[in-house]
Amino acid sequence: MVELRQEPQKLTAFLSGELDHHHAKEIREQIDFAVREQFPPVVVLDFGHVTFMDSSGIGLIMGRSRLTEEYGGRLEIHNPSQQIRKVLRISGADRLAVIRSRVTETPQQEGKEPEHEYAQ
Amino acid sequence: MNTLNELKCTFPARSENESFARTMVCAFAAQLDPTVEQLADLRTAVSEAVTNCIVHAYRNTGIGSITVTVRLLPDSVIYVRIADRGCGIADIEQAMTPLYSSAPAEERAGLGFTVMQSFTDQLTVTSRPERGTTVTMRKKLLNGTDPEAGC
Repeated sequence: MVELRQEPQKLTAFLSGELDHHHAKEIREQIDFAVREQFPPVVVLDFGHVTFMDSSGIGLIMGRSRLTEEYGGRLEIHNPSQQIRKVLRISGADRLAVIRSRVTETPQQEGKEPEHEYAQ
Repeated sequence: MNTLNELKCTFPARSENESFARTMVCAFAAQLDPTVEQLADLRTAVSEAVTNCIVHAYRNTGIGSITVTVRLLPDSVIYVRIADRGCGIADIEQAMTPLYSSAPAEERAGLGFTVMQSFTDQLTVTSRPERGTTVTMRKKLLNGTDPEAGC
C-alpha cells in the first residue's frame, strides 16, 4: 500500500504492509504518476510501516532512483526496519539514496489536509 | 537425510501466493523457536525463490504449479525445496550473477539469488530447460530463547 503526500518541493510516499513482487507494481505506478505530475526535487520513500521487503523493493528503489536522476531530483529512504536495512546492504541499494532513520512524519500532518491521497 | 518433520505444499504460480508461501515456511520453522532475525532471513529467501518461479518459470505458458517442501533436519537445520516445472534456466551461472535479470523491464533487480545466498547457509540450483528448476536451501536456526544465541 502507498499513501502520497505532495508538497511544493517534496513528494513523500508512505509505504505500508508487505513490499513484494505482488504489491510492487501498483505502488510503482502510483508513485511514478505523482512524480511525473510535479517532478519534485526530493522524493522520499518512507518504509516506516513496511513489515516485509524482498528484492522487489530493491527494484522499486532502483527504478525511482533512475527516474529522479533523469530530471535532477534526489531520492531519500526513510525509516527502514532492520530486515529492510539488511536487504538494502546486501544489494548495495544503500548507495543509491540517502537513508534516514527516525523521521517522524505522517501522511496527514497536524492541521493540514494532504493535497492528494491515494489508497490501494 | 534424517527428516524429523516435513511439510509439502503445491499451489499455482500466482503472485498472490508469494505471501502465503513465505508465511507457511516460517510457520513451520517456528517450531524451532528461532530468533526474529533468522526467521526474517528465511522469509526473505523463500520469497525470492517463489517469486522467481512466478516471474520466470511459466512466462511463455499457462500458469503452472510450484511445490514447496520444508523439512526439519537434525541440529535445528531447516531445509526448503522450491520446485517448478517451467521453462528452466539455460545458464544458471548468468542467472545467479548479481544484478543480472532476464526481466529488467519489470523492474526485477536481479538480486534474487544474491539474497537467497546471503540469507541461508547453503543454496543449490538445478535446472533443465523446458523441464523446470529446483532451488534448495538449508539454514541452521539458532534457538531464540537460548542465551547463547545472542538475542
